[in-house]
Amino acid sequence: MIVANRKPFEEIIEMVKPYSRILLLGCNECVTVCAVGGAKEVAVLASEVRLFRQKEGRPVEIKELTLERNCDLEYVETLKPIINDYDVVISMACGCGIQFVGENYRNKIILPAVNTSFEGVTEEHGVWTERCQGCGNCVLDKTLGICPVTRCAKSLFNGPCGGSQDGKCEVDKDIPCGWQLIVDRYKEMNMLEKYLEIQPAKDWSTSRDGGPRKRIREDLKI
Amino acid sequence: MNKDMNTGSNLERVLKSGTFAVTSECGPPRGADPEVIRKKGSFLKGYVDAVNVTDNQTSVVRMSSFSACLILKEMGFNPVMQMVCRDRNRIAIQSDILGAAALGINNILCLSGDHQKFGDHPGAKNVFDIDSMQLIQCVRRMTDEGKFLSGEEIKGKPNIFVGCVENPFADPFEIRAMRLAKKVKAGAEFVQTQCIFNVEKFEKWMEMVRDLGLNEKVYILAGITPMKSIGMARYMKNSVPGMDIPEEQIERLKNVPKERVAEEGIKIAVETIGRVKTIKGVAGVHIMAIEWEEKVPEIVKSAWLYPRP
Repeated sequence: MIVANRKPFEEIIEMVKPYSRILLLGCNECVTVCAVGGAKEVAVLASEVRLFRQKEGRPVEIKELTLERNCDLEYVETLKPIINDYDVVISMACGCGIQFVGENYRNKIILPAVNTSFEGVTEEHGVWTERCQGCGNCVLDKTLGICPVTRCAKSLFNGPCGGSQDGKCEVDKDIPCGWQLIVDRYKEMNMLEKYLEIQPAKDWSTSRDGGPRKRIREDLKI
Repeated sequence: MNKDMNTGSNLERVLKSGTFAVTSECGPPRGADPEVIRKKGSFLKGYVDAVNVTDNQTSVVRMSSFSACLILKEMGFNPVMQMVCRDRNRIAIQSDILGAAALGINNILCLSGDHQKFGDHPGAKNVFDIDSMQLIQCVRRMTDEGKFLSGEEIKGKPNIFVGCVENPFADPFEIRAMRLAKKVKAGAEFVQTQCIFNVEKFEKWMEMVRDLGLNEKVYILAGITPMKSIGMARYMKNSVPGMDIPEEQIERLKNVPKERVAEEGIKIAVETIGRVKTIKGVAGVHIMAIEWEEKVPEIVKSAWLYPRP
């Protein structure tokens, strides 16, 4: 899933300063699962903004709305009858959703209320960690299911670097060393000799370095 | 050691002659004054076979390794240009290799590089387009085959003696010799190790290195760093990733009067050289006297490594 963090309240309140009629948009997908932009968080932010502006003597009208998905035209289109009733949209969806709503309603300003952070998993209740950077050319077969691009702070393909100590990354003692995880996995599967294979320089053109990516399935196009 | 040809590198000449080699390093200044490098160089003249120049070590912006290498070369040194993968992609790296070779720099040391978090620009974007292993492959390909990483031919190929580093004290320990084996397979001809304080652990690593037959395939230079103060020892032990400093060495520094701590630090370094010299497969030492280059002559002389060939 896509994991995000809410922006600091001060930043949000500063962004909405000029506006008095706000459509506050949530999303029922990833940001709901990572507890940052679902219906519940939309309600909390709406109350915070209302209260603050009330106190300031500049009350706002906020419409709370959580779409099934903000990255899908089918749901984004449902905003059509109401969006023009508002000065601005604050979105708690991920960066994809924020942009997609904006692309479809070009006369509206869409403001982000979250910082979209990474593609990850719910490691435990309330803890999300990164797993994939979408490099476009998966090597998980070579590293037995642990991604060197994401789990190593330097994205080394032939790690670990000299900073790996006690299983931790040199960047932060709370980050497990990705290459320690890979080596442990090789050992677990009795495949340590795999470590000796040199991974040659990666072709990054399938990643973001090749420019914004697009996937087309002609058979699915209508 | 796989190539037959000589690069013109003095370090290569010394190592191939079978003489116990001595290298040291100069950390470039955080400014544009060439005199800083010239001064550091003046201490080392005649005491080393080659001198490394670090590449923005600990991710702090400094004069480029390339420029400082050139200043040292003008002074008659054989410089080892350190190259990290943190700040440049394969285009810039290969371009700098050509530039260095054009100006007569014939040793390159390939490293991944410290994470930028440790430096003075923690908000910088890192590159790591290729890693140290792939950088070794890249330099060897340029030198041996006269080809870029892309496979295209180089007109006027560089001729470089290729080095790497290894940290015998980092984890997981059991792959640290295997990791050197990979670097040798990638084409590394010499290796300079992380600073050795825990000699027993280094011996264990060397045993693993010999079991893999690597001492026959790569020149191993043992890393030596003299401790200037108890504060430095503590800092290195607690804050430098991958550093292994036994408590008893810190105790030794603590047990001498304050004015003799530095002297004791030098003594430990000299003793360490004496110990690593007897380990089978060690072809030389790399003395990293951090901001203490003036002490290198004393260390080299006390370790009976002077004069140099």
